[in-house]
Amino acid sequence: MGGSGNKLEVTTQGDTGIRMTRLFDAPRELVFEAHTSAEHMSKWWGPRKYEVISADYDFRPGGKWRIVHRGPDGEEYGFRGEFREIVPPERIAWTFEFEGAPGQIAVETLTFTEEGGKTRITAISDSGSKEARDAMLESGMEAGAAETYERLDEYLETLPART
Amino acid sequence: MTTDTLDRTFSALADPTRRAILARLATGEASVSVLAEPFEISLPAISKHLKVLERAGLIVRGREAQWRPARLEAGPLKEVAEWAEGYRRFWEETYERLDEYLEELKGRGKEKRNGRKR
Repeated sequence: MGGSGNKLEVTTQGDTGIRMTRLFDAPRELVFEAHTSAEHMSKWWGPRKYEVISADYDFRPGGKWRIVHRGPDGEEYGFRGEFREIVPPERIAWTFEFEGAPGQIAVETLTFTEEGGKTRITAISDSGSKEARDAMLESGMEAGAAETYERLDEYLETLPART
Repeated sequence: MTTDTLDRTFSALADPTRRAILARLATGEASVSVLAEPFEISLPAISKHLKVLERAGLIVRGREAQWRPARLEAGPLKEVAEWAEGYRRFWEETYERLDEYLEELKGRGKEKRNGRKR
């Protein structure tokens, strides 16, 4: 949990997607702005121990983006995609591809909504096909091989959150 | 896990009533009437949801004809949960950083405004 206490909710979406949503204690324009340039993205994108070492970010419809970050093990990981739709300060749609699993391209749509003086981001990531979804599940399972049922309990607690 | 099994798991999880039923079953087995209590839908409708969950392998039903308690079968759900969990870990931390960065940006905005006044 962060200091803000704003909780991230993650659920499945349709047959091939995942949906997450979270509140931020900042005006919508500012939350949107934090997504609009390489300089901004380098400051917060990715887990804490991963340092962004390069960011190309051509923020316009059809423009490409690529972010590379370096983990604590010195290993570098690249991510890339293309901006599909930009509607300030409401919506950004882009494609997302992890260079470690080339060809698995997800379409992510971020929606920014005002909610009682705060801003909610709702992100829907669709892997597009059942094959891609299965491949993502496979890679997720390898990463999470040591997972326990405790995590399942936690996940189940989040399930009724959207009812 | 095959694509067919995953399809059934995803379809089963796509419905809010079925997600709520699974969450209830995570606390222990329950009969159809107990499961129906929180919802404004009929017992047959709940039974239908239970059939979907059973086909997806997410629950098992007892054999007693009158009282067929449903019980959570966590295997298929666990794999989807692990996937979601990896995603959650990445974004929880990333969004904590965004919180911090937004505070920084808010501070910068104030400085700018104060700067202009001078």
